[in-house]
Amino acid sequence: MSAAIEFSGVQKWFGPNHVLADIDLSIATGEVVVVIGPSGSGKSTLLRCINGLEAVQQGTVVVDGRRLTAQGGELAAIRREVGMVFQAFHLYPHKTALENITLAPITVKRIPREQAETEARALLERVGLPEKAGAYPAQLSGGQQQRVAIARALAMQPKVLLFDEPTSALDPEMIKEVLDVMKALAHTGITMIVVTHEMGFAREVGDRVVFMDGGRIVEQASPEVFFSAPSNPRAQLFLSKILRSEGALS
Amino acid sequence: MDWSVLGENAGLLAQGLLVTLEVSVSALILALALGVAVATLRVAPSQPLRAIAAAYVEFLRNIPLLVQLFFLFFALPSAGIRLPAFVCGVLALGVYTSAFVAEAIRSGISAVPRGQLEAGLSSGMRYATVMRTIVLPQAVAKTIPPLGNTALNLIKNSSLVSTISVLDILGTANLIGARSFQYVPMFVGAAICYLILTLPAAFAVNRLEKRYAR
Repeated sequence: MSAAIEFSGVQKWFGPNHVLADIDLSIATGEVVVVIGPSGSGKSTLLRCINGLEAVQQGTVVVDGRRLTAQGGELAAIRREVGMVFQAFHLYPHKTALENITLAPITVKRIPREQAETEARALLERVGLPEKAGAYPAQLSGGQQQRVAIARALAMQPKVLLFDEPTSALDPEMIKEVLDVMKALAHTGITMIVVTHEMGFAREVGDRVVFMDGGRIVEQASPEVFFSAPSNPRAQLFLSKILRSEGALS
Repeated sequence: MDWSVLGENAGLLAQGLLVTLEVSVSALILALALGVAVATLRVAPSQPLRAIAAAYVEFLRNIPLLVQLFFLFFALPSAGIRLPAFVCGVLALGVYTSAFVAEAIRSGISAVPRGQLEAGLSSGMRYATVMRTIVLPQAVAKTIPPLGNTALNLIKNSSLVSTISVLDILGTANLIGARSFQYVPMFVGAAICYLILTLPAAFAVNRLEKRYAR
């Protein structure tokens, strides 16, 4: 498998904070990578470097064979191959679900409106919301908004999908509907990088778990290995805390 | 008190109303054009441009409009620049109001969450496209209430041009009142004339606000 995403010697600072330190990471095409770690460990920043929402200060990020130092038009071209789903959805509130999905295909790819709408309806079907095409974001629940946001990210037919804590802003009963959509996607062969606290998801569909702490990748392993016998002490501590709280819930 | 003076001079008052309307509409067009330009500079990537735009806004909105008006009409002629009173009125009102327009638009743009820009950029749209299709339409909705207020204030502020001999509503009422000593009917008439302009404007702003509230 060829590398879809390649981080080499990446360093990034926010002021005095070293938010990404010595990041080397290679993600294969079709791989599902789950990034976990305490808050402030650099997970989201790592994700945002993949589509250029954040710029790295040292090292290189290569996406689909193209280096992400590009400006303007070329950066936009890379972003077309990389969809992103945000924690807070960020649907366009002045547009319907259907318009949210068709906006980029129509304005960027110049796809005729009718074709774009047909494709958008198919995507809404796929995320289980065929009846919500005409609804505005404010009329949708959090889980429904996030599923529309996933459909929007898919509309550009990206090679890579980034998920930035996609269920963290959701009520517990809505988390499952979003995770189910994501699980179905994981089996389609699209490359996915998922920042999440959902350990069940990581275990079930992740090909690899990347554990970050203090801006560094401190452990990478398959979910089976990581969850049963993490070798790094910080990963052990993190897991014991998070699994204990999950146990307390169930 | 002789209310018949109102009827006798209704035609003159109506002319004054037209002048107020002309001054206000001209000044509003000027204020919107300058305001949009200054607001764009205020969110520009370049720091010096932002500083210049900020200075423009703070300078103009913190000096009384009457002072700016008198400067154009009474002070500029000593520098050899002699502008008709109507032009002075439109310039002073338009430039003064543009500072408020710029602030309203800037705050509208910055009230749109950054995630909207990021979502648009992430889907491969260029910055200008994201601004046009996502950020500005939302900014406009947030800008309508303050802009509506600014436009209403402009109509009311336009009464200051009566101090530099423009025969707008107030100028006309004041002139006839002084001639006939019937100030009460004339100023009541002036108030009604202003309401004829401002109430429909306020109503229109409310309608727009409701339409864009989403």
